[in-house]
Amino acid sequence: MSLNNDDLKTAYRLMRTIREFEEIVNTEFLEGNVPGFVHLYAGQEASAVGICLTLSDGDKICSTHRGHGHCIAKGCDVTQMMAEIFGKSEGLCSGKGGSMHIADIDKGMLGANAIVGGAPPLTIGAGLSAKLNKTGGVAVAFTGDGGSSQGTTFEAMNMAVVLQLPVIFVFENNGYGEGTGHDFAVGSKDISRRAQGFGLPVSTVDGYDFFAVQDAMQVSLTRARSGGGPSVIETKCMRFYGHFVGDPELYRAANERQSLQEKHDCLQIFRARVIQSELLADEELDEIDTSVIAQVKDAVLAAKNGEAPNIDSLLSDVYVSY
Amino acid sequence: MAVLSIREAINSAIAQEMQRDPSVVIIGEDVAGGEGCPGEEDAVGGVFGVTKGLYGQFGKDRVIDTPITESAIMGMAAGAALTGLRPIAELMFIDFVGVCFDQLLNQAAKFRYMFGGKARTPLVVRTTIGAGFRTAAQHSQCLYALFAHVPGLKVVVPSNAYDAKGLLIQAIRDDDPVIFCEHKVLYDETDEVPQESYCIPFGEANIVREGSDVTIVAISRMVIFAQQAAENLAAQGISCEVIDPRTISPLDLDTIIESVESTGRLVVVDEANPRCGMAADIAAQIAEHAFAFLKAPIKQITAPHTPVPFAPELEDAYIPSAKTIESVITDLMAWKP
Repeated sequence: MSLNNDDLKTAYRLMRTIREFEEIVNTEFLEGNVPGFVHLYAGQEASAVGICLTLSDGDKICSTHRGHGHCIAKGCDVTQMMAEIFGKSEGLCSGKGGSMHIADIDKGMLGANAIVGGAPPLTIGAGLSAKLNKTGGVAVAFTGDGGSSQGTTFEAMNMAVVLQLPVIFVFENNGYGEGTGHDFAVGSKDISRRAQGFGLPVSTVDGYDFFAVQDAMQVSLTRARSGGGPSVIETKCMRFYGHFVGDPELYRAANERQSLQEKHDCLQIFRARVIQSELLADEELDEIDTSVIAQVKDAVLAAKNGEAPNIDSLLSDVYVSY
Repeated sequence: MAVLSIREAINSAIAQEMQRDPSVVIIGEDVAGGEGCPGEEDAVGGVFGVTKGLYGQFGKDRVIDTPITESAIMGMAAGAALTGLRPIAELMFIDFVGVCFDQLLNQAAKFRYMFGGKARTPLVVRTTIGAGFRTAAQHSQCLYALFAHVPGLKVVVPSNAYDAKGLLIQAIRDDDPVIFCEHKVLYDETDEVPQESYCIPFGEANIVREGSDVTIVAISRMVIFAQQAAENLAAQGISCEVIDPRTISPLDLDTIIESVESTGRLVVVDEANPRCGMAADIAAQIAEHAFAFLKAPIKQITAPHTPVPFAPELEDAYIPSAKTIESVITDLMAWKP
């Protein structure tokens, strides 16, 4: 499927929304306004959006602890997301989930997941539903390089091949599992080749390049939708920030972030590409930037002014409480 | 009414629900068996033969054989439940929860609450429990209290064929994850079971036998031993009320409290290990809620705090017996402050 200019604008808007969302969450967290842990996705936007852009609400994704980007790319409402991260009743999960558990079932976003490797088995379940109910839908498991070594991930890949499920495993290889390097923790040094051993077709792409991710996704999507079974996409893209906000990042090279932001900013890469190809104009993109910045600021304002959950809701949404 | 074994009652419950609702599917190791083998189809039908024949009736799309990968089975079933199917996943032995607990503990159990009430997870995990099969430490445990500890999971422990069918149909229609614990020694126990489908609501204990001197709360196979003990004690003039909670989460505490208010004595019989288990839990609840009615200390009869042993003599000594129940109750009746 080729993308028209409106699609490209949507892609840019989503990527920019993720970036601005994460920047403002970072600021708010550092100011002490956000409870708990947050894991920022900034830097990896082209991966989430490249994967999710052409999915519909009927397609499902399962995410990770670093899930804000996947949520936004899958169409979750930014204001409700922000409210959730601030623990407010207006949040997508009524303030009961928080950053690590945002979900929007109606949008096909089956949850961020605070257990590394928690999502792939659930994803094959969504794939099984799509297959048996003949919805034509697919299910995407986002996992990091860290989660790529979990047994649950291996089991899910094998099962997906055995049952020929419409599932796409996306390994976002950002080089670090918390504070330990991929080169140490992935014994074979190569996530894609390891997946190949399960009988999965794989592609490895530059995760800073939206177009490369989207191209790989179209191949996987066509395969899955036409009954061709599961496949793997490894997107290589490092995160700008630490494992969590507050991470001293002593494991990183000096100037690593600066270099990433200068040379590997997926938004700049996207912008250069569409301008150069005369697909979109600077002004159009600037306009998007301005409106997105206003949108996330409004979301923060709304979240701060939101209602704390009613204490009675502590005991709701569970069948019995003692 | 037909006389059915627990095995047949469960098979009938599954078949009727699969017939009624096309979203019900079975997932597990050898639930049919024979996939990728040179021999017959439906070669196994579940390791205890419980799902035998369903493959022929409903086909391979709905009776799904899997590799031996419990995390993928449980997770796939949970994810499928979240997206429109009603899977019955088989965990061949409850002991195997050790290799897949995350998918139940942190995933399936949490969705409804963690997602603000917007998710449903209509998942049934059928599993087998219990010693008595000479299968030793890793195929014999009664680990249901692990699940009862977790908010969001419902835990069912049927002791007879009638209850097994009604509780399983209820479990399949339930929108929360249910852990359905089948005692492997009880599969051939028979009972009169209606042919039509029926539900037994969760959280409603069954008073198996009425009595006035002592309340016995017994779980799963222990209900049978409690009834034997009650019968023998009746001959000695001791009247026992036997309560089968049928589900331990939710637990019908009211029925137990009411019984203890009238008998003044409580014995809890549980085949599980003693610490942090259902016997301890029920004992604590009664101490808290019915203290004023107690005429004697609450007694817990459980397995010892050991793994399940292999040698038949040791395993028999491990499992609480009717004789132990009788002797504990005889002593209890003679208890003086």
